Amino acid sequence: MEGPESAMAVVAGLRTPENVTCVLPRGTMFARGLKRKCWDGDEDVEGAPAAPSYSLQRQSLLDMSLVKLQLCHTLVEPNLCRSVLIANTVRQIQEEMTQDGAWQLPAPPVAGRGPLDHLVSTEILCRAAWEQQGQRPAPDLPSELPGALGAPAPGSAQSCIWEADSSRGHRGSFPKSLDQIFETLESRAPSPVEGLFADAGGPYYDLDAVLTGMVGGKSGPGGGDGLQALAPAGAPPPSASCKRDLGELDHVVEILVET
Amino acid sequence: MPSHRVPSEADIISTVEFNHTGELLATGDKGGRVVIFQREPESKSAPRSQGEYDVYSTFQSHEPEFDYLKSLEIEEKINKIKWLPQQNAAHSLLSTNDKTIKLWKITERDKRPEGYNLKDEEGKLKDLSTVTSLQVPVLKPMDLMVEVSPRRVFANGHTYHINSISVNSDCETYMSADDLRINLWHLAITDRSFNIVDIKPANMEDLTEVITASEFHPHHCNLFVYSSSKGSLRLCDMRAAALCDKHSKLFEEPEDPSNRSFFSEIISSVSDVKFSHSGRYMLTRDYLTVKVWDLNMEARPIETYQVHEYLRSKLCSLYENDCIFDKFECAWNGSDSVIMTGAYNNFFRMFDRNTKRDVTLEASRESSKPRAVLKPRRVCVGGKRRRDDISVDSLDFTKKILHTAWHPAENIIAIAATNNLYIFQDKVNSEMH
Repeated sequence: MEGPESAMAVVAGLRTPENVTCVLPRGTMFARGLKRKCWDGDEDVEGAPAAPSYSLQRQSLLDMSLVKLQLCHTLVEPNLCRSVLIANTVRQIQEEMTQDGAWQLPAPPVAGRGPLDHLVSTEILCRAAWEQQGQRPAPDLPSELPGALGAPAPGSAQSCIWEADSSRGHRGSFPKSLDQIFETLESRAPSPVEGLFADAGGPYYDLDAVLTGMVGGKSGPGGGDGLQALAPAGAPPPSASCKRDLGELDHVVEILVET
Repeated sequence: MPSHRVPSEADIISTVEFNHTGELLATGDKGGRVVIFQREPESKSAPRSQGEYDVYSTFQSHEPEFDYLKSLEIEEKINKIKWLPQQNAAHSLLSTNDKTIKLWKITERDKRPEGYNLKDEEGKLKDLSTVTSLQVPVLKPMDLMVEVSPRRVFANGHTYHINSISVNSDCETYMSADDLRINLWHLAITDRSFNIVDIKPANMEDLTEVITASEFHPHHCNLFVYSSSKGSLRLCDMRAAALCDKHSKLFEEPEDPSNRSFFSEIISSVSDVKFSHSGRYMLTRDYLTVKVWDLNMEARPIETYQVHEYLRSKLCSLYENDCIFDKFECAWNGSDSVIMTGAYNNFFRMFDRNTKRDVTLEASRESSKPRAVLKPRRVCVGGKRRRDDISVDSLDFTKKILHTAWHPAENIIAIAATNNLYIFQDKVNSEMH
């Protein structure tokens, strides 16, 4: 069975919302004798490497959870119970990482495998937006990562992400970012039409609408500045809902980049 | 199913329910259809031929809808069916999808009037000049026709997805539960419902727990229970307050610190809760266990049975492929002495509460030759492996038995295995008794 890389490869296949599917399709595990995806159990798997460190497992679980929360584009409303359970898992991990002191500034781009995994996540999330705006995907990826993730590009955009990141606060903002995801369960600033039906509850995944908006070229302030759009704004600006949407995307990116 | 039809996703069975006598068995599927089976009466001339279930009626209960405001589809999948106690010749049931509950009336017609004065047999108006005398129409027998008609549509009561419906013992009201709210309806009134539980936080950011299942007490019309994604059960008394947000009793088992992991909460989420027929106990299902609770003891369950403990070391993979979110149901037998629940690989498990013995059985074509006794299966977890054992890594996680039902009085069980329905009957003494 595939490892975490190909889960990311699936994610990398996303272009437009129409042809995305849930990241981890059901029924894709435990074919006979194939190696496990996660570091489950101590079963005999020939030639398996030594189990990765706890913190790497934990990090991988965090990444997986965030992907599950954010990239489920379906026509039907996502399962609220599942989303709540995943979000609680993310919070638990974050709390433990905070206690461990593992919740720190991201290492500089030259670091080893860990931070690059997170770069991957970020790159995927931003990729759709950039491609629509004719820009190349940003990060300068080492060759060991699957080619499906796109050709290397100048490092300038990559450093831009890190810059964007370092200019923001870190630890305190994580829970807020997670809450932002749940904020999307109900529109905070409902449009006049939505206001009439406030009690009906907003769409669960406005975030999907955000991404849709991005790839549809509706990205608010100036169509061409995908990267600038991802720049931090601190609290989401109270003005146009486009900017608010970008603020939410910004926070989502923040989660990935910070880890 | 007719053999020429290729099984599609619409045929996946999503709920199974016997009526109160066990004469009828209803199934709902992902395509919004309900199929009702009826048990043939045992024929005296062939006493060994146990009454078998044949298709009685099929109808389209729900259609897919599109919510234009949210740009989201509303699935037609039938989440639950509940029968109403029979009060006259007709049968009635409630069926629900994510948003709308419908009351269906099922009637039989085996006679029809003949001999009208103004119409002929085809219903065409007669030429009045040919009518020379008056006659009284008489009822003549005809081939049995089962007619199903929608009597009530209970719509717009739920913002979130309905996961349970339960008919009150007063036979006049019923409740429907979604992720965050529970509503009480009167069976005759469709434009109004009373909200009796609301756990939606003022700030959706603070949402950490949802309602997963709910049921009325079988005898006390004022009591109901609901379960949560954090593994707790709340017993509520409708006499206490109009809004039953304060539970009368909270049933929760303290966490076992030695088994703690990032998945602890997810696997503690209760996927189903069922009162025993006696009303004294509750049965809950979480990801790895079934538990029996005594209504008089809130601190912990009185019995815990391991369904597939061998999955505990696989939780990360099961989380990755979403299987950890599968919602298995559970069932009591008629005498509350045996409990049953489904698992993976088309296995289902039964636990005898008295003898403490358990058995794993498989619902598959190979094991279901008519009159063949089901062979117990075994999952081996390393160590000594017997012939016919299945190893954990060979389990097929796409074959899950989520929905099972037990006849209210006899040892007849209905098992839904994806798009196949298996009905197993026990004529001779099985190893369970």
